[in-house]
Amino acid sequence: MHRSPALDMPDVPKGQLPPHIELQRTRVLCNFDAPTHTENVQYSGAYSSMGVDNSLRMDQFCNNFRVEVIRLSEDDMEFDMIGIDPSIANAFRRILIAELPTMAIEKVLIANNTSIVQDEVLAHRLGLIPINADPRLFDDLSENDTPNEKNTIVFNLHVRCERGGPRLTVKSNELKWLPHGSEFPLATENTTSSSTSKPKTYTSFSCSQDSLPEFSDKSIGPKHPDIIIAKLGPGQEIELEAHAVKGMGKTHAKWSPVATAWYRMLPEVVLLQEIEDEKAEELVKKCPVNVFDIEDIAKGKKKATVARPRACTLCRECIRGDDWDKHVAIRRVKNHFIFTIESTGALPPEVLFNEAVKVLEDKCERVITELS
Amino acid sequence: MEHGSFSDHSKSTFSLSDEDHTLANSIRFTLNQDPRVAFCGYSIPHPSDARVNIRVQTTGDSAREVLKDACQDLMLMCQHVRSTFDKAVVDYKMSKPVKDMSIEK
Repeated sequence: MHRSPALDMPDVPKGQLPPHIELQRTRVLCNFDAPTHTENVQYSGAYSSMGVDNSLRMDQFCNNFRVEVIRLSEDDMEFDMIGIDPSIANAFRRILIAELPTMAIEKVLIANNTSIVQDEVLAHRLGLIPINADPRLFDDLSENDTPNEKNTIVFNLHVRCERGGPRLTVKSNELKWLPHGSEFPLATENTTSSSTSKPKTYTSFSCSQDSLPEFSDKSIGPKHPDIIIAKLGPGQEIELEAHAVKGMGKTHAKWSPVATAWYRMLPEVVLLQEIEDEKAEELVKKCPVNVFDIEDIAKGKKKATVARPRACTLCRECIRGDDWDKHVAIRRVKNHFIFTIESTGALPPEVLFNEAVKVLEDKCERVITELS
Repeated sequence: MEHGSFSDHSKSTFSLSDEDHTLANSIRFTLNQDPRVAFCGYSIPHPSDARVNIRVQTTGDSAREVLKDACQDLMLMCQHVRSTFDKAVVDYKMSKPVKDMSIEK
């Protein structure tokens, strides 16, 4: 980076930062010993002495903000979010992980478990199974609520390994959805009095869930049929009922709708001077992720080029030794985020991100109404 | 909940329950970008209490109004992010079948 003493600096044009300050403002410089200029200048008057307004102008934000989808599949997506502050990008990430609701098994009523997996371990394993149900169609079950068709999904698991047969692997597809609710009678119920009426169970569904229009077209069940829950030896048996309710990732990670969601800043690799011939070959060899390519220029000469900057992991191999940091600079672009969302399957990743932004909007609205 | 003085509305601490860094850090950003703000910062007094304190000191305007505007700004940004994102996803899905066909050829 070119530095010149303050007194020798050319007159700074009004409304524009001098190039070296602009570089410090927009890039993290990944030097060999440590990254520098990692901070973000937020204060609106930070550059007022240079006649530059750093305040937020919504029209400017709207013009500069861009989203580019790189990859999108059923439960995985990668996109670039350009022109946004890390505080807001991080808010989206935090909300995706901890504040979006999903359905997960919370209560397990075990009628019989003679397997070697202890009841509490089995219940924990069941809790972690992703349930393929849209959480937006359900209500929260608060402490005093009775479980009903709007806030609870009931599954039944009954497997038995016959004596003399081979050992049995219990997988998540054995969890059978009970749209009518629990089938276990309440233990306190007096059995003689209610011989005619329906016996009371652990849930009080007023109607069957599959009769509701939102579930009639698709049945509810575990997202993946092949998750191993337990293994049974001959003569062992598991009979239980699992109740899934709505919750959030900040209570327990089993309610997190994403396997993970993360972002990284866009790497920028700059050749500070022409790198030719043997030096170029050396540079290509130095990089373990093949960021550089060789280009033929006139008279059999070769020149190094930066072909795949996105692949750069900022390992800094390319600026190690000799004077390499005079030839190559690696930086990160501060307002360009490569965002990756891996959904666990209840909702597709693009819907999750949309919901996350909505959650942040709701939070703002709450504060505004509280202050009014 | 606001903690401030009756005579001077330009400085106040706002205590928000059930919030954390997610909202407080975003609001600190929008507040800092407001030229009327002289100082702002936030703290979480105790990690096991779901509560943040946001301190706002302005150059004269009511701190409450400035915080409200900051929330409004953040909300507008979110709305823009959401519409831009949805548009990008739709564009991607529209262009995807074309790409798939070209690979099959």
